[in-house]
Amino acid sequence: MKYIDEYRNSPHFISLAEAIKRKCSRPCAIMEICGGQTHSIAKYQLESLLPESIELIHGPGCPVCVTPIEKIDLAVELSLRPNFIVASFGDMMRVPGSELSLLSAKARGADISIVYSPLDALALAQKHPDKEIVFLAIGFETTAPLHALVIKEAQRRGVRNFSLLTSLFTVPAALSSLLGDKDNRVNALLAAGHVCAVTGYGQYFRIARHFKTPIVVTGFEPMDILYGIYHALCLLEEKNYTVVNGYKRIVSAEGNTKAQEAINEVFEFCDNEWRGLGYIDQSGLKIRDSYQQFDALYRFKTERNIRKAAPVCISGAIMKGLSHPYRCDQFGKGCVPEHPLGAPMVSSEGVCAAYYRYMK
Amino acid sequence: MCLAVPGKVLSIDESVPDLRMSEVDFGGVIRNICTQWVDVEIGEYILVHAGVALCKVNTEEALATLNDFEFIASALEQQRNSD
Repeated sequence: MKYIDEYRNSPHFISLAEAIKRKCSRPCAIMEICGGQTHSIAKYQLESLLPESIELIHGPGCPVCVTPIEKIDLAVELSLRPNFIVASFGDMMRVPGSELSLLSAKARGADISIVYSPLDALALAQKHPDKEIVFLAIGFETTAPLHALVIKEAQRRGVRNFSLLTSLFTVPAALSSLLGDKDNRVNALLAAGHVCAVTGYGQYFRIARHFKTPIVVTGFEPMDILYGIYHALCLLEEKNYTVVNGYKRIVSAEGNTKAQEAINEVFEFCDNEWRGLGYIDQSGLKIRDSYQQFDALYRFKTERNIRKAAPVCISGAIMKGLSHPYRCDQFGKGCVPEHPLGAPMVSSEGVCAAYYRYMK
Repeated sequence: MCLAVPGKVLSIDESVPDLRMSEVDFGGVIRNICTQWVDVEIGEYILVHAGVALCKVNTEEALATLNDFEFIASALEQQRNSD
């Protein structure tokens, strides 16, 4: 496919890896933020091309992986109510809650529907006016405008049996939290290209300066990722703590302003819990009061939103670069994609699932 | 989750207000995509995430990046020759 193949099957693949080796004069740790990038790194075995002095840390940019267990439990609870349909992206189906996943709830008779787009969930609501459709709306800034769009569209169409159970995350606050952590080991960041396609990258300059950590806006194909690493090394060598756009065919400095307006109209910032990382100030989005008739948390009070002990999973330490899937006792044993103990083994973009699939 | 794929716009339907939709070709697979937030014309490429276009593909920058790959490779070749 055009604009993919050229960056996946480039004749300069090995040359770029060699250029990285020559550019790297000292050990460094580079974090790719997005789970899609982690998936590509595992799929194309990019770590095997890098010198040992470069460590890739696989960051928290998989919304399936960081959605808190309480949201899964709530979705499960709603799905088991009569005349409710819970719609979700397919990746969410097997994420373990404290007792059930959505898939196991389905086996107990819950009505659960997998959708490709939020607009499909809205169509489901119009098709079943006698049922409540709750869409488990997860995502980062890439997906948030789609959820805003579908809420505005539901309002325009006068659909009343449709609501969103949101689990929406924003990248910059999480990066500041990770880079400011006393255990931080990250020397440079590969920013998530498709998040930046929406937000632009203006807000990353302050982070790069403040934490003395160069940031390269990076794409998802293997050449894009090597190109991002190459630029990160150039900036590290120069001690140039700034932002470089390595994904210019997609990302502009200002991003998509219309999508940003949609986000700002429907959502506001909130403190948010990240599974494995804990609460991070102002790192999430919630539905504004003016659209609360589409907020499942507002509409459907629950008595069961009680925190329970999470299953054994070291995802937080992995996302901070303090551990690795291979150092987890459960990896490939008690925890496999068919029976995951933690969310990173579920999504194809989860770091454990990526390592299990391509590098086990 | 933030997976997004480039596709070519085949047609544009503006009959529904605030919900411009387009037929988009993804290497032979045709899908109906919301292009509300992207100023795009037929024949141009867009980046699509979960049924919605996030941006237009900047074809000049796409080419410039490919040229930069070549530049890095030729600079490396020169380095090798001088080693």
